[in-house]
Amino acid sequence: MDSFLSSSIFFGVFLSLAGYSAGLFVKKKLKLAIFNPLLIAIIIVIAVLKAADIPYKDYNEGAKYISYLLTPATVCLAIPLYRQIAVLKNNFKAIMAGITAGVLSSMGSVLGMSVLFGLTHEQYVTLLPKSITTAIGMGVSQELGGIVTITVAVIIITGVIGNIITEPVCRLFNITDPVATGIGIGSSAHAVGTARAFEIGETQGAMSSLSIAVSGLVTVIMASVFAGIY
Amino acid sequence: MVQLVCRKERGRMKYLKQFFIIIAISFIGEVMKEIMPFPVPASIYGMLIMLAALGTGIIKLSQVSDTGDFLIEIMPVMFIPAAAGLLDSWKVLKPVLVPVSVITVVSTVIVMAVSGKVTQFAVRHGKREKDS
Repeated sequence: MDSFLSSSIFFGVFLSLAGYSAGLFVKKKLKLAIFNPLLIAIIIVIAVLKAADIPYKDYNEGAKYISYLLTPATVCLAIPLYRQIAVLKNNFKAIMAGITAGVLSSMGSVLGMSVLFGLTHEQYVTLLPKSITTAIGMGVSQELGGIVTITVAVIIITGVIGNIITEPVCRLFNITDPVATGIGIGSSAHAVGTARAFEIGETQGAMSSLSIAVSGLVTVIMASVFAGIY
Repeated sequence: MVQLVCRKERGRMKYLKQFFIIIAISFIGEVMKEIMPFPVPASIYGMLIMLAALGTGIIKLSQVSDTGDFLIEIMPVMFIPAAAGLLDSWKVLKPVLVPVSVITVVSTVIVMAVSGKVTQFAVRHGKREKDS
């Protein structure tokens, strides 16, 4: 049985979708931010793999086909953004200011806490691109001499955390404007957060999508400056 | 009757054509990544190309929107395999777990709050200026 699950092509995708569906069900029943569908799905997948003793490599042999769709899906984020292009034009300066502030506070807070924890330069630059999309973050980390595998892990964890904390953070800091909510989510939690932003509304989702591209590009420019500080 | 068949045919081709356009742009994004010297992934080039194509009218919204909305809807699921892969990077993560966890959580909250607050302030400030 185990060897069958390991060799099955559809098991990985099936398990991922089943985990997410279970997550949606729990979220619907218990309306609490901590019961995040993505987080529940991840826990279910890891638990099943552990329990059935299936190596991650075998699971990913099938599951990689959904990851494969990530690039076309990111390309499609331009569609809601185009629908909301008037919102972008009307608030252009505010949006750019918000994203730039996000990038600076991201790298600034990583810098501050790295000094506080006495991390090495290598560990510091590994964490520097944590709030941007994986593909850009990997490139930045590599360029600065970081540990790319940890960067990838931290970027994903950041996204999942952002996906979960959206509602409490927006409530706590009284962020109610849909444009501001979207920019906040996208700047802090890239595409994983954006998935959550779309569940809140199309404007939020579109603004979050925009932040992925812009904050990624601003980070590429600013990261080497920050890397030189510590 | 003939018309009905034709329309059905077109309806079926709808997803094929839309998927074709999306994959074509993803491919162009990959080509851009190869040619350009910046650490920008294919998906971001593709997103900008798609936005430009929609903005200039080369591609109409109706030519990509059904398939595009479907892909965006299932997007959260696409992150599960990578996140489950944390299982394999556990060994590298374990020694630095405490500082990394604290930094990740705290900085994510800070970034969300700062960028959201700054945007909200600037949006409202801009509106007030326009009104007066």
